[in-house]
Amino acid sequence: MSVRDLVSLTCKELVELVTDYHCDALAPAERAVFEQHLFGCTWCMTYLKQADRAIELTAQLQAPPAPAPVDTEKLRALFRGWRAGKGGQSG
Amino acid sequence: MDQPGASADRAVIDALRAGDEAAFVAFAASHQTSLLRLARMWVKNEALAEEVVQETWLTMLESADRFEGRSRLKTWLCGILVNVARARLRKEGHSVPVSSLEGPDEPAVDAGRFSPPGVPWEGHWWPPPNPFPESPEAHVLNRELRAGIENAIEKLPQAQREVIVLQDIEGFRCEEVSEILGLTSTNERVLLHRARAKVRAALERHYEGGAS
Repeated sequence: MSVRDLVSLTCKELVELVTDYHCDALAPAERAVFEQHLFGCTWCMTYLKQADRAIELTAQLQAPPAPAPVDTEKLRALFRGWRAGKGGQSG
Repeated sequence: MDQPGASADRAVIDALRAGDEAAFVAFAASHQTSLLRLARMWVKNEALAEEVVQETWLTMLESADRFEGRSRLKTWLCGILVNVARARLRKEGHSVPVSSLEGPDEPAVDAGRFSPPGVPWEGHWWPPPNPFPESPEAHVLNRELRAGIENAIEKLPQAQREVIVLQDIEGFRCEEVSEILGLTSTNERVLLHRARAKVRAALERHYEGGAS
């Protein structure tokens, strides 16, 4: 059996499956082939770690460097305006 | 049926239905920054983004009775925001980019990074990728990295940007992003895949010393 038979998935093909792998959207057989390649291929493992780092750093964009303060007075006014528009009915 | 945080969501909805002003202000204040960031994806003007968020709050108050708890409250809220923002764009006479698989098939990694056809290791890395730095600082978004990633996201096609912002910045799950944007789960993953690949490539250029 050649090395190619064992690997059966090229690196070029593997990188296109990374998001499906992350989203747990691979069929069990696909997942098995994916992992078989991944755990035998340092370079694809490097790629996966790079992809993970990109996700990890992108997530940190959620906290802006200097968050603008939220104007709660404005929100209160919006709520009062809405309630008044409903004719003061409650509930 | 039982979503994470379902009872907290239920408590907020019950308070809104009861006309609880303090509960509304607390809930709205905690989501205002996120909603503004999302609104800016469709309307670039700051004042318009504010209006879109205000209209989102009013729509939510009006339709609180219709929230059934099948999805998280935040997912439902963002779905409202997307509808309001797209409707606003249409009213302003802009064409509304529909989330779709625009453009041709885009490989996640440039074909030149793999051995070409006809060689024994066809389709395998060459040259291989270099690991990113592993220092603790490399896991923290500094100013330079922030600018690089923000720039990469800014340059994405609209449909890809919508998906990566919701999923990787706002932290929604695949199926929630599909619900918010009205996408099939397959299309959602394709868009996410293309977007993430470009952000990774931008990071790689950053670490290899190239300009982004």
